[in-house]
Amino acid sequence: MRDKSLFRRLVIGVVFFWITVFVFFPNLLVVITSFLKRNPVRFVEASFTLESYRSLFEPVFFQIFIQSFKNALVATLVCLVISYPFAYLLCRIRPSVRRYLLVLVIIPFWTSSLIRTYALVILLKGNGILNTLLVAVGVIHQPLQILYNEGAVFCGLVYTLLPFMILPLYAAIEKLDPQLVEAAYDLGAGRLQVFARVILPLTLPGIIAGCILVFLPALGLFYIPDLLGGAKLMLLGNFIRDQFLTARNWPFGAAASVILTAVMGIMLFAYYRSLKRFNGSVME
Amino acid sequence: MTRSRFFSRFYLGFIFLFLYLPLLILIVYSFNKSKYGTGWTGWTLHWYRSLWDNTLLLDAAVNSLIVAGISSVAATAIGTLAAVAFYRYRFIGRKVLYSLVYVVMMSPDIVMGISLLIFFILVGLPIGFRTLLLSHITFCLPFVVVTVYARISGFDPRVIEAARDLGAGEFQTFRYILLPLLMPAVISGWLLSFTLSLDDVIVSFFVTGPSFEILPLKIYSMVRLGVKPEVNALSTVLFGFTLIMVTLSQLLVKEKKR
Repeated sequence: MRDKSLFRRLVIGVVFFWITVFVFFPNLLVVITSFLKRNPVRFVEASFTLESYRSLFEPVFFQIFIQSFKNALVATLVCLVISYPFAYLLCRIRPSVRRYLLVLVIIPFWTSSLIRTYALVILLKGNGILNTLLVAVGVIHQPLQILYNEGAVFCGLVYTLLPFMILPLYAAIEKLDPQLVEAAYDLGAGRLQVFARVILPLTLPGIIAGCILVFLPALGLFYIPDLLGGAKLMLLGNFIRDQFLTARNWPFGAAASVILTAVMGIMLFAYYRSLKRFNGSVME
Repeated sequence: MTRSRFFSRFYLGFIFLFLYLPLLILIVYSFNKSKYGTGWTGWTLHWYRSLWDNTLLLDAAVNSLIVAGISSVAATAIGTLAAVAFYRYRFIGRKVLYSLVYVVMMSPDIVMGISLLIFFILVGLPIGFRTLLLSHITFCLPFVVVTVYARISGFDPRVIEAARDLGAGEFQTFRYILLPLLMPAVISGWLLSFTLSLDDVIVSFFVTGPSFEILPLKIYSMVRLGVKPEVNALSTVLFGFTLIMVTLSQLLVKEKKR
């Protein structure tokens, strides 16, 4: 064992400092805030209460959360159902072409979600392309009101988050050893059995990763309802933002945020478990 | 066989169309003469010119570039060191820290936004340039760590051992052996950080104020009021920028595989 060099201590120190100060501590503060009393002037008061958590279950708010969770869940499932065959078929394209197709998936992944949501507004608005086209073809006689309802918000979530489902699925399916699939067929499994008992379990980490990357933003991306939904639908993200900036009820907003973090914790745990089952450990 | 191939092509093509159609329309409409975007009335560069004349937007764009520039460089520096530390050194809390890096990457922007807001208010740092910078470094950091760590794990450990045997210190090993080998991943992480910082809406929404305005928040307040041709032009410019970043990053990946 060599003596601990200055470089080593410096590197570990910087990493330790940054994550503690800007990640661990702020998140701890959110948890603490959620248990404090509201104060309209100084944001919070230093006295313990469970009031914020109790308020989460008031029917008015509870309704919003249930709606937002349902919406995010369905959006995640729709993304999964669209993306799985897409990623699977993409993996079967010959590598020289696939490389370029993969870049076509990565581009929307890197593009600002706000800009992509805005692009959708142009497509869907009352006098936009889609309506003009439908009227011209004669499918409808007057422009439809596609925007500013729950359907538009849902459509926006699926459109914006689809690449975030495709990429982890692609990564998981590409790693799949074709010999395992062949072996299953040789041993007499049917197509459905091969899928359900070999392909699906082996690509489970990718599925869960994709679901995390879609489900959590689907709860939080507050600009999507702002742009596409008018005031018809509220995501958990809109609620948290309003508590912090408009209603000025920080403990309430913090409590909702703790719920969101807890959901993330559960999903990450599921991911970790699924990964451990096949690969031993996450780090090595 | 041919039928399933036809179906495969059709399905892939359809999803790509779904992903790109709105963006293509956005780009085409940014050249449309019509102010209300109802019909097509001919090509124009007018909206790009009026964008150039809009000093408020230009200021916000400059601010955004400054923040993205500094925060991406800082995140890349810290992130690269972090990845090296996680790989090379065994220390107390290593696994917990590494897990936290993943948690930051996955955690919803809104949670990060409010947690940093509460933190900055508690420590008394006024909301503005500095808070924005610290926040952007924080959310870019995990992406750099993960990118660099992925490359470092593929190394032959004997290269590092050889350097140590030949008398290189920790810093020398890092500077002359690890860093050159890691360069593609480092640059790739930097490109991603720069793009993430330039595009971020949600975290920035909480940690900056009217004293320091940035482009994504400007766009956000503009698009809330509806469709505007200037915004089409601006979005097209930003999309073009993203295309350049992705292309550069892909070229690096290709280099890496060779």
